[in-house]
Amino acid sequence: MRRILIFGATSAIAQATARLFAAHGATFFLVARHGDRLQAVADDLLVRGAAQVATAILDASDYDRHPALIEEIYQRLGELGIVLIAHGSLADQKACERSFEVTRREFETNALSVISLLTHLANRLEQQGHGTLSVISSVAGDRGRQSNYVYGAAKAAVTTFMEGLRNRLYKSGVHVLTIKPGLVDSPMTARFPKGFLWTRPEVVARGIHQAIEKRKDVVYLPWFWYLVMGVIRALPEAVSKKMRL
Amino acid sequence: MPHRYHPWGRYPRWPQAAVRLNWRDSALPCLSDPTRNYLPFGNGRSYGDSCLTPGGVLLDARGLDRFMAFDPATGILRCEAGVLLSEILAQVVPRGWFLPVVPGTQFVTVGGAIANDIHGKNHHRAGTFGCHVRCFEILRSDGQRLRCSPAANPEWFRATIGGLGLTGVILWAEIALKRISNAATTVEVIRFPALAKFFELSAESDRDFEYTVAWIDCMAPGNQRGRGLFMRANHAPAGGCLSPKAKKHRVSIPVDLPVAVINRWSARVFDSLHYHQKLNSRGAAVVHYEPFFFPLDGIGYWNRLYGRRGFFQYQCVVRHTEEGRTAIEDILQCAAGGQSDSFFGVLKVFGNRPSPGRLSFPRPGITLALDFLNRGKPTLDFLERLDQIVAAAGGAVNPSKDARMSAASFKRFYPNWEILENLRDPRFSSGLWQRVTQE
Ligand SMILES: Cc1cc2nc3c(=O)[nH]c(=O)nc-3n(C[C@H](O)[C@H](O)[C@H](O)COP(=O)(O)OP(=O)(O)OC[C@H]3O[C@@H](n4cnc5c(N)ncnc54)[C@H](O)[C@@H]3O)c2cc1C
Ligand SMILES: NC(=O)c1ccc[n+]([C@@H]2O[C@H](COP(=O)([O-])OP(=O)(O)OC[C@H]3O[C@@H](n4cnc5c(N)ncnc54)[C@H](OP(=O)(O)O)[C@@H]3O)[C@@H](O)[C@H]2O)c1
Repeated sequence: MRRILIFGATSAIAQATARLFAAHGATFFLVARHGDRLQAVADDLLVRGAAQVATAILDASDYDRHPALIEEIYQRLGELGIVLIAHGSLADQKACERSFEVTRREFETNALSVISLLTHLANRLEQQGHGTLSVISSVAGDRGRQSNYVYGAAKAAVTTFMEGLRNRLYKSGVHVLTIKPGLVDSPMTARFPKGFLWTRPEVVARGIHQAIEKRKDVVYLPWFWYLVMGVIRALPEAVSKKMRL
Repeated sequence: MPHRYHPWGRYPRWPQAAVRLNWRDSALPCLSDPTRNYLPFGNGRSYGDSCLTPGGVLLDARGLDRFMAFDPATGILRCEAGVLLSEILAQVVPRGWFLPVVPGTQFVTVGGAIANDIHGKNHHRAGTFGCHVRCFEILRSDGQRLRCSPAANPEWFRATIGGLGLTGVILWAEIALKRISNAATTVEVIRFPALAKFFELSAESDRDFEYTVAWIDCMAPGNQRGRGLFMRANHAPAGGCLSPKAKKHRVSIPVDLPVAVINRWSARVFDSLHYHQKLNSRGAAVVHYEPFFFPLDGIGYWNRLYGRRGFFQYQCVVRHTEEGRTAIEDILQCAAGGQSDSFFGVLKVFGNRPSPGRLSFPRPGITLALDFLNRGKPTLDFLERLDQIVAAAGGAVNPSKDARMSAASFKRFYPNWEILENLRDPRFSSGLWQRVTQE
């Protein structure tokens, strides 16, 4: 029986992923900031086959509570099989440009809170000597672009942090997975018109499930974003700075 | 990822704004323009404009797709309204339960099933979907939340079942499932040469078979009109029976074809082959429930075969009397003779179990459903003629499949339509409702 810990459990991508594991009778510990919604997700997973679901309410930027909560989770689950960190917020780039306060908040949600959780969890998993540590980063972290470089920079921080962690934890047998979705039709992106590059959360969830099973290091979801970002990353600054990216 | 806000018949084609509902605790989205209408949208398996609101905003309920509770001992299921029937079956069939009523496709939402008070091949036994709904909650545009059941807010309960999405958004519902032993059905198919024989088969089968329905060969030559295949089935009993697996593979039509490949010629060939197919001579065959209940679901978006102009489904019910039988014969004759190409004909005798729904379409009698390619005005005129036949026989036409009936016909078919009008949310409306209630 697998024990799965999810931060940002109310995210559309996280819910779709959790359902795939629930179908195989996993045990969950779910963390999110809205209690009613968290309960709705927990109830859903129980009907879909989860063995047990425990929950805790947490605003991710409440760093002081991270150590105690992780301690509580360990008390309850014993050991952890899979950790998925999914919470995030798509910064309003224009608002960030006007206000450092907004920029700081976006960094806290998308980067610092994740790094805080990873700091505590990495030590635990290293001790355990097995398990998967997976985080949803983004293709946006692959290159700074005028349309969303605050969000992109925060995701880039997470990606690089994970890279280092993977290197450090390799010898302890812990699997470290960086997930880079492209454009996903979820509540976060509700305000954008959707074209042919967009994907449903269920499709991304299948990719995450598979990447965990196959112990991948980094996945682009869907896979074609690997090519798209390859091209975008290859653009020299002298060219890209003149483009409207 | 093209948007999905089309009706199944691909007519009418209106640009349509939509907002997705994700959580049952959220309020409805605020609209800056207070005159724009809302309309809930499930999975777009209604055939016409009952699931569209021109100039308004659809409230896409598919994001409400969570299960809430399931008791495998009693078969009581509670889930959000955007859950598909296919998702319910996938969870409950392995645990020995089945939906009490299923339509011809499993890709409809619970909200859509209630709003159109859908019926299945077991109407003669089980009545409509609404007969098995224990309670639900609706959210109105003024923020009011109403819990409805036969005991609580009973008038709202009855107006919302078959209420065409107009009384508010259904957020969740509780349904009583029925016991089965396994995923298999035992199916008999019997060829019949004429309508009279269909009525005999129906009368003799409805007692011993939970599911009965007939396919009619609409393209049969004049002297063989009314021939078809009668299907009758039960859930397979426990033990002994192999538990066949559903085929996993699905093909899909990727785009609207520029012209219809379903036309008079292809339909004639298909229908004739279908009618003359080799039948199982040893009586009942054991079949997985999916191909039996949802034969068309194997081809994703088969509606695109009708081309860009789309098609109409015409479903009527008439009283089960001499007069009613004659009306069915008349309609079949019109369908065969006219400019219309009807590919698909389905015939069934509805039973007497009443639905709580005030405006439900199913009622005791004979129901016939036909698909017609949209050829513009000739098709519309032709369907108007069918309305006259149905009205004269004291029948009704199904609004969830309609995209064209007149206000006069609708009010004749549903004389108590004002009950729904009075409980309609003032901010909710649909293309259908605007058309059929206009003066
Ligand atoms: C191949 C095929 C076979 C079919 N066979 C049958 C059959 O055998 N018997 C039968 O009765 N029907 C049948 N239908 C019709 C279909 O079952 C109904 O039209 C059904 O209501 C579609 O559900 P939907 O979720 O797609 O809803 P939509 O088509 O999106 O919407 C249908 C109506 O429900 C309302 N609605 C949707 N969600 C909500 C909600 N959450 N709250 C309030 N209102 C809501 C909408 O406003 C609209 O009025 C068939 C359709 C197809 C395509
Ligand atoms: N959608 C895309 O196109 C896309 C692309 C690439 C990467 N991603 C990443 O994928 C992840 C999941 O996003 P999604 O697409 O599934 O969107 P989503 O459904 O909107 O999920 C975002 C989640 O983050 C939570 N959250 C935001 N701020 C939080 C905070 N301070 N504390 C705790 N939780 C917080 C939200 O909780 P509430 O429900 O309580 O608000 C919500 O559950 C995110 O990390 C996102 O950056 C998304």
